[in-house]
Order: sequence, then structure tokens, then C-alpha cells
Amino acid sequence: MFSRGIRNILLTPFLIWAGLFIFIPLIFIVWYGVTDYDGSFSLKHMGLIFEHGFWDAFELSISLAIISTLICLLMAYPLCLILTERQRDNTTIISLLFILPLWMNSLLSTMAWQTILEGNGIINQLMRLLGMPALQMINTPGAIVLGMVYNYLPYMVLPLYIALTKIDRRILEAARDLGANYWQTFTKIILPLSIPGAISGITMVFIPALTTFVISALLGGGKLLLIGNIIEQEFTFQYDWHVGCALSVILMIFIVLNMLLTTYFEKSHEEEDFK
Amino acid sequence: MKRELIHLENVAKSFGNLLVLDEIDLTIMESEFITLLGPSGCGKTTMLRIIGGFEMPDTGRVIFDGKDITNLPPNRRPVNTVFQKYSLFSHMNVKENISFGPKIAGKSSDYIRDKVKYALKLVNLEGYEKHDVTKLSGGQQQRIAIARAIVNEPKVLLLDEPLSALDLKLRRNMRRELVRINKETGITFIFVTHDQEEALSMSDRVVVMNQGYIQQVGTPENVYNEPENAFVADFIGDSNIIDGVMVRDKVVRIFGREYPCVDEGFPEECPVDVQIRPEDIKLAASREGAFNGVVTRVVFWGMSYDINVEADGFEWLIQSTTGRRVGEEVSLHVAPENIQIMSKPQSEDEEVAQDV
Ligand SMILES: Nc1ncnc2c1ncn2[C@@H]1O[C@H](COP(=O)(O)OP(=O)(O)OP(=O)(O)O)[C@@H](O)[C@H]1O
Ligand SMILES: [Mg+2]
Repeated sequence: MFSRGIRNILLTPFLIWAGLFIFIPLIFIVWYGVTDYDGSFSLKHMGLIFEHGFWDAFELSISLAIISTLICLLMAYPLCLILTERQRDNTTIISLLFILPLWMNSLLSTMAWQTILEGNGIINQLMRLLGMPALQMINTPGAIVLGMVYNYLPYMVLPLYIALTKIDRRILEAARDLGANYWQTFTKIILPLSIPGAISGITMVFIPALTTFVISALLGGGKLLLIGNIIEQEFTFQYDWHVGCALSVILMIFIVLNMLLTTYFEKSHEEEDFK
Repeated sequence: MKRELIHLENVAKSFGNLLVLDEIDLTIMESEFITLLGPSGCGKTTMLRIIGGFEMPDTGRVIFDGKDITNLPPNRRPVNTVFQKYSLFSHMNVKENISFGPKIAGKSSDYIRDKVKYALKLVNLEGYEKHDVTKLSGGQQQRIAIARAIVNEPKVLLLDEPLSALDLKLRRNMRRELVRINKETGITFIFVTHDQEEALSMSDRVVVMNQGYIQQVGTPENVYNEPENAFVADFIGDSNIIDGVMVRDKVVRIFGREYPCVDEGFPEECPVDVQIRPEDIKLAASREGAFNGVVTRVVFWGMSYDINVEADGFEWLIQSTTGRRVGEEVSLHVAPENIQIMSKPQSEDEEVAQDV
């Protein structure tokens, strides 16, 4: 669309930005991650991930992120299907309901959940009124998952909704015409055609869920540590930049590997279809 | 002996306040090629969707082979559709598209392989199994859509303007192909088009529709030569439609002159619409024919000329293989058997039809 010269000029601000604020910091992080306190090359901080406390946090992070992503996926599909089914009627209202939380500061909404779930929180007060025993809700993995789902569901809904609206209704009618019932139409047509949307939704939920430290700090009460909390502590309490950076690098590598795997599977899936 | 296959019984359908179909009564025979013909928006697609099960009629019933299928969902009807836009599954290749129906029906993979091959052969696309449907040309996609429907061996194939996106040459080929497939498989074809040439050249019977009403049902020759009203006469082919009065049997008065014709059975002094096809009018030297006039326009079409002649304040359209000069004085002659007398519209819908 643009000539090469104009394109270069238009790109320059972004390249400067990316260099200063993305590339250089990244180099510093990797540099800190692979050096010892005296500046010599060492992988010993990276190796720390396999130590007891770190590895547990890493495992917990991955499993909670996977659970939250799955819950988001399971909630988003029916919702988006209904939204696309009754196009135009009341979609604006429903989609507003899902975008609205995005406008709210996620710190605030997570703190709100804190007061709801607390030992003396709203739910337990209600339970007491009804003469039932109080529940331990805050500081459980469940509370963290709830916080993640609440905060990240819109990031699953939006790409999925867009992918589903792109499916031509006439294609669904064609499937029905060829004998497919509702369920077969879903599994054979809607599901495969919406996979790209589901994958971007999964990435957009899984990565922040994996790296969060705010939600786990507020709803995990400092007892359930995720890898994000460990990294945060290394920087703010231990002042050990080398360990913090080493763990960050490992997290980054893990995420990049995951994304590469997903795209690889998506591609090979497409090629399989082609054969 | 042909059997009755589908019967639409007093079907009506509205979308909101818009009456799209009304008083539809139609019987479709087994193995016939029947065409729904009418201008855009007249309800052809809606009628097809009611037969396919995608729309529910507000009133009336759809009878299939003696059974009422009005409430049967599309996946349980022995009917397959070729949609107005081909609606192929973009995430599947040609073979997967075509085998979609048989797979759902639980057919064996050997059966499916043979059937896919057979269906591709039928549409002249042998060996295309592995092709990506999104990379096929419009005509090829169209034929895949037909193969995908036919492979299910439906009793009835519904085709909604399947040729409208193709170029002229391909369209001609596909017309022949479709008629061939219809004769070869014995599948009943219900074909929708707004192209009268397509309707006339392909069909066993044509259903002419306008504004949600059936105007006439008949063989192509029938609707062309003996249109029942001015809408049909005007919509199918070119026509001169003139106000006339039936003086008595076999005599009609046009422009104040009595003229012999072959129709009878109208009341005396009954106002009628008179239809004369442009190719049935012979041009003669001035004062030799029945109506005298002046040539106002000549357009050459290759095979023939369209000639406009103004006579008695009426603009006649004449088709002739010989050209004339603008301003030339001529006279018109029509053989009595080429004068078609039609009743004036009685119902409101036919009245509207005249405006089209
Ligand atoms: N789902 C719908 N909701 C509202 N109005 C509709 C719907 N489907 C069709 N219509 C209206 O019904 C009328 C008939 O539509 P239909 O699609 O049957 O026409 P058609 O004869 O197939 O026309 P075309 O030749 O342009 O395809 C049109 O005025 C159309 O706007
Ligand atoms: Mg249509």
C-alpha cells in the first residue's frame, strides 16, 4: 500500500519505541538471568527453578492457569453461540456486560472479591444468618481461579465471538440440509471453524493467568505463591535481580515454547484437513 | 406414469408485516424438472426454504409422498439444497465436503469413496478429491455444491439460482449438465431463477410467480405461447400488450378496429388484454397491413433487429431479420392465431403485477 520510503518513515517511531522499551530491557533481563553476582556467566540461578519452593510455585501456576483457561473456554462457548444465534437483538447489552469489567480496574475488582470471600465477608455473613457454618473461601486455589476467570473471561469471549460471527449462517444451514443435527453441526462445522478464535482466546487468558501476581497475592493471602509472586518477591524483598530475572526468562521460554507448539499443531491440523 | 411427490397446500408466509407468499398451491411430480420463475423478491427463495425445512409456513401444509412434513427439521427431510451462495465448508477439501452427508448417514468408507467418485464424475470434476474448495473457480465450486447434494441420493434437489454467478458460456454448459443429471438420476429438480431463458430452456414445467402469488404453471411452450395474464406475457419474453375489447367470439377490437383472432368464450364487449409477440408481427409496405405507422428506433442484436414503430399512439416492438430506417413509413400485419387474448386482472395482486 505504501511505498518503501514512506513505510520506513512510518515505521521509525515504532522501531525506536520497540528498541528502547522492549528490546533493551529484554537484553538486560536475559543478561541478569544468565550471570552471577560478579558478572560471570552462570546458569545456576536458572537452575533454581528445580528447587523445592520454586518448582511448587511453578507447578501451581501452570495448573491454576490451565484450570482457569478451561473454565473460561467452557463458559465462553455457549455464551458466544447464543450471542451469534440471536444476532442484533440484544447483543449490545450482553456484550457490554462482558466488556464492562474490562473498564474496571482489575485491582479494584479483585479487592472486591477479597471482601466478598473473606472469613467475615459478605458470603460468610449470609451463611451465618442462615445458620450454616462459615466457609473457608479466601486463600484457597479456588479463590485464585475465581479471580482469574472473572478478570480474564472477556479476553476469551471477544476473540471467540468474533470467530463465531465470521461463520456464515448459510454454511450451518448447508450442514443441516445434509443431515447433521444440532450437535453434529457444532462438532463438525462450528468447532473447527472457530478454532483460531479459541486459540487466541486461550493464549490471551493462559499467559496473564500464568504470570499474574496481583490476583494470587490478594485472593491467595500470601500463602499460595504462584511463580509471579516468587518473581515479584525476588525483586521487591530479596533485591536479588539475578534470581528474579532468571525465573522471568524461564517463564518467557515456557510461554514461547507453548505458543510455538500451539501454532505448530494448528498448522499440522490444517494440513491434515487438506490431505 | 408420473407420481405426485410434493404438494404445497395453501401455503402462506409473512415476515413481520410483509406478506411474502400467499395462497400457494402447487403439485410437483416425481423426476420432473420444475422451475420457479419470477422477479427478484417475489418469494422464490422463501418457497424453496419452506420445502427444504428452513422456514415454517404460517398457514398450510407441505405434503411429501403423502406424508405431512411441515414440521420436520431440514436434516430429516429427503431433500437436499444447492444454495444461492454455494456454502461449501471452507475447512474441508472437496472429498470431505462431498462425503459430509453420507458420513452423517453412517455409510461405510468404501461406499463413500465410490459415491464421491461417482458424484464428481457426474459434475465433470473427476480426480478433484484432494483440492481445496476455497481455491476452486466459481463454476467448479458450484459443481462441487451440486455433487455434495446429489451424493445423498435425495428424492428432491432444490437449486437456488445456482448459475447466477457464472459467466455466459459456463452457464450454458451447466444448464445442459443439470438437465442431463436430472434425466440420468431421476431426482426431482426444483430450480429457482429469475432468468426466463434459463427457465424455458431447462424445465419440464415453469411456475411463474410475482409478489408472492403463483401467476401460472405450465410447460415452457404453454407459458410462452398462452400466458394467462399480462404479467406472465410481459415477464416471459418480449410482448406488446394492448388494451382491447372482445366484440364477440373470434373478433377483438384494438385501436377502434375489429380484428380476427382465434380465442372464444369471453362475454360480448368484455375488456381484455391483447398480447402480440414482437416476432409475430410482419412489416409490410405502407398501407398494406392493418396498422400504419412510422419507424422510431432500430437496434441491431446480431441475429435480429428490434424495431420500434409508432402507430395509433402506441409504441409497437417488432423483431425482424431485416432492418428498417428510422422515419420510414410501414404497416404491421399479424396473423389471427398469433393474437393472444387474456382476461383483465381481477385480483389486486395481478393488478400490481402489471406494473412490473
Ligand atoms: N428472513 C427474512 N426476514 C425478513 N424478510 C425476509 C426474510 N427472507 C426474505 N424476506 C423478504 O421476503 C421477500 C421475498 O424474499 P425471497 O428471498 O423469497 O425472494 P426471491 O424471490 O428469492 O428473490 P431473489 O431473486 O432476489 O433471490 C423479500 O422482500 C425479502 O426481503
Ligand atoms: Mg432468492
